[in-house]
Amino acid sequence: MPENHATTDVAGDLSAPATPVTASADGAGASAAAGAGTDRPPLRARLRRDWPLLLMTLPAIGLLAVFYYVPIMGSVIAFQDYSPYVGIKESPWVGLANFQWLILDASFWDATLNTLGITTFQLFFYFPVPILLAILLDSVVRPRLRLFIQSVVYMPHFFSWVLVVTLFQQMFGGAGLISQILRDHGYEGLDLMTNPDTFLLLVTGETIWKDAGWGTIIFLAALAAIDQNLYEAAAVDGASRWKRLWHITLPGLRPVVILLLILRLGDALNVGFEQFFLQRDAVGRDAAEVLDTFVYWRTLLTGEWSYGAAAGLVKGVVGLILIVIANKVAHRFGEQGIYKKS
Amino acid sequence: MTALPSWAERPSPAGRTAKGLLLTLIVVSVLFPIYMVVLTSLSPQEAVTKAGGLVTVPDGLSFGAYRELFAGGVATRSVLVSLGVTAVGTTISLTVTVLAAYGLSRPGSVLHRTLLFTVLLTFLFVPGLIPSYLVVSSLGLLDSYWALILPSAVWAFNLVVMRAFFMNIPKEVTDSARIDGASEFRILWRIVLPMSKGVTAVIGLFYAVGYWNAFFNAVLYLNDNAKWPLQLVLRQYVLQGQSLITGQASVSSIPGQALPPSLAIQMSIVVVALVPVLFIYPFVQKHFTKGVIIGAVKG
Repeated sequence: MPENHATTDVAGDLSAPATPVTASADGAGASAAAGAGTDRPPLRARLRRDWPLLLMTLPAIGLLAVFYYVPIMGSVIAFQDYSPYVGIKESPWVGLANFQWLILDASFWDATLNTLGITTFQLFFYFPVPILLAILLDSVVRPRLRLFIQSVVYMPHFFSWVLVVTLFQQMFGGAGLISQILRDHGYEGLDLMTNPDTFLLLVTGETIWKDAGWGTIIFLAALAAIDQNLYEAAAVDGASRWKRLWHITLPGLRPVVILLLILRLGDALNVGFEQFFLQRDAVGRDAAEVLDTFVYWRTLLTGEWSYGAAAGLVKGVVGLILIVIANKVAHRFGEQGIYKKS
Repeated sequence: MTALPSWAERPSPAGRTAKGLLLTLIVVSVLFPIYMVVLTSLSPQEAVTKAGGLVTVPDGLSFGAYRELFAGGVATRSVLVSLGVTAVGTTISLTVTVLAAYGLSRPGSVLHRTLLFTVLLTFLFVPGLIPSYLVVSSLGLLDSYWALILPSAVWAFNLVVMRAFFMNIPKEVTDSARIDGASEFRILWRIVLPMSKGVTAVIGLFYAVGYWNAFFNAVLYLNDNAKWPLQLVLRQYVLQGQSLITGQASVSSIPGQALPPSLAIQMSIVVVALVPVLFIYPFVQKHFTKGVIIGAVKG
């Protein structure tokens, strides 16, 4: 029971402002409320009071400045013909030339299409899996059994992609267990790890194995937040198990599902770097090249810095636009999204 | 809540069986590959040859693969590298994150909104690979272990989760300490952190697992394969089936190319990559099911 209680707390929070950026709006609200009651003390007094807080924040801000904000500023080399020997200051400016090349580059479009194809496929064949799994887990009533199953299915989330791909290779590769069994029975071996035609299935399978269990957490919290009296009332009125699932459970999950769909949309150009990096050689570029691996292979290894920076900048800006659009859609649906309307 | 509520109908026997089978299948699909890998790594060479691949039924016990793996050379070194990077990295990340989370937990403090926005912006825009690489390279961090730690030392997500947790601590608790003259550092260390053990453990695990599993930073920033962490050696040995040249160990006809490692050795590296996660996990996972990670749910 205590464990249940805690989950309910979590779920209670779900209906309240969600995610990161809302926090700032919250903070602002709180400070505005505080400001309404009393006048703000002068800056000097506040500084005398708050300097330890600033000092504490400094290391994190410093690291972000160096490894996040400096690279963002460094993206200007996308508009240059950058050479490391002469540096950013001396490298010639070339305007949009790199972007023009990018538009004409077939392999860039191939990588983009692959990325979008994978996102779309996984939207249909990965996204619902944690929801279904959560409903299944939620129906396990014995607490110890449920805890055990939860612990097991969360675990692969903490394995590295190298490890996951390795395990899949040992199962489905040319020398893997499935091939072994097939050969023992006189059939031909089967190698899913190098087959471009089944690559979509393979990466989706890997993603399900690694992350579907972990993905249930949020849905389990949402399920725990559904008022149990609704189920009782419906049951007393004669609603069957499936009717209750359809009319109570699924509507209860709706806000979370919409939130996660939106987050996914904003993240459409990110399909995970390592998973594809690791399998690109075995499966071939045609199926496994995604935007991130494109930047790595096409530009980092050839030293075409400006070209790679241009590709990265396009991806970043498109990602930003997608997040903004996704939030607009969320607000249209009457949901929070990842940041509030301001 | 051990039993079904009284209003719920008993599930049909067929339904119960189907559910049981499905759950068993799910649990087995996670555990079986792990079992098989561990078993193969512990099997003598004859057993692996007889099985024609991975061993599924125990057949003898041998620590030969591990002895060979830890005999020195690249694989041994990579384990030490990964352990070191994980220990140092987690310490730095956790310290920086806890400090910043506390520093940002008081709305209305000086520069609060600006600094928070500086952190939150990292969710919205991702800088490209190339500019990041150029920054690390111009700092002279290529081929340095710091390149595996510093660029990803702060995860804004973890910071926000931690901050949300700190903000939920009743204000009266910290305010009364402040009135008693405790410094902010003392309040954090003596009051806030002891109240946040669960979330600190979880965030610590996130960081530790992140460092242990880190792969891409090493691919990008380490050219010298003598410095490789475990995950890169794992890829080399197992996914690409190549040994690394380890000084006198290479006995091969092709100069510069060692013999492919045996399956047992390959699997023993997999196990070494797996074991720390399996060991820490039980201590921290209770916090997941207790729902400590509000932030994860929120985010």
